[in-house]
Amino acid sequence: MPDFPKFLIYLAVMAGVTYLVRMLPLMLVRKKFENVFIRSFLYYVPYTVLATMTVPAVFYCTGSVVSAAVGFAVALAMAYFERSLVSVAASACGAVLVCELVMKML
Amino acid sequence: MSENNNLRMGLRDGLPIFLGYLSVSFAFGIFAVSSGLTIIEALLISMTNLTSAGQLAGVPIICTGGSLIELAATELIINLRYSLMSVSLSQKIGKSVKTLDRFLISFGITDEIFAVSASKRSSLGKKYFYGLIITPYLGWSGGTLIGAIAGNILPEIVISALGIAIYGMFIAIVIPEAKKEKATALCVLCAALLGCAFEYLPFLSGISGGFAIIISAVTISTLFALLAPIKDAETGEEDAQNA
Repeated sequence: MPDFPKFLIYLAVMAGVTYLVRMLPLMLVRKKFENVFIRSFLYYVPYTVLATMTVPAVFYCTGSVVSAAVGFAVALAMAYFERSLVSVAASACGAVLVCELVMKML
Repeated sequence: MSENNNLRMGLRDGLPIFLGYLSVSFAFGIFAVSSGLTIIEALLISMTNLTSAGQLAGVPIICTGGSLIELAATELIINLRYSLMSVSLSQKIGKSVKTLDRFLISFGITDEIFAVSASKRSSLGKKYFYGLIITPYLGWSGGTLIGAIAGNILPEIVISALGIAIYGMFIAIVIPEAKKEKATALCVLCAALLGCAFEYLPFLSGISGGFAIIISAVTISTLFALLAPIKDAETGEEDAQNA
């Protein structure tokens, strides 16, 4: 773990980069990208990032791989039926909780 | 084009985002503290970053003492999508928005805030933007603080259950779009498989999490941009509305 001064350096880098990617285009670019490759690349980026971040990390984010897998399955089903972000997240949490309670009783 | 410069309309449109952020940032607060950060550090990250995926990816790098270059590159690639949103939003900005306002408003461009502003027909004024951004910002910061504090009080089983919340949100963003577009579904599958490869395969598993995300995202996104380019010029905007 970094100490607080070191943490502040990390924070500055993290916040600085995050702000610049938002701010620079808004300040500098007044026209939309025409280039199909760049547009397509930027379209895919959020999905590839989120997929890589979710699998396989989602299986290790709770008390056990089993409860995580159940929560993951419930989230997939809820998302497939296009429920809101909050409902999908809440259902996944609920499923994990129920699953872990059941596992404790067994 | 008429300009919507109404603070109250902005506040009203921001309210559902506020509620969503409150719960998701609550999970981030718990995650950050359980990763080893202090409550104040978790709060500072949310107050200065205002981005879910970027923060979630950044915390492990900070906690394991990763390199600053790795952190910067991770944030750059994960948050690159905001650049596209900023570009698109620059078309919607009304005359009341001066240069200083642009500096402030750009800080608040998130998936959800962009989605709401992009769905408006009129051009948008600074008062509308400030109204739209302020409550989600407070929800994001406040939720993080509550999560970071309550994470120490709540029973272990509840913390365990909440650990999946942020992934639930990611799934809720990805799946509906993957359902609509076959290419997106395939690209999500490829990225998930590559994610597993970086976790389990020898040699590849030696690469740190941040760089694994960058390599996977750039490789798969480039591949699909070449193989399945987005044809419709309006697609980016429509997708953003559904994000």
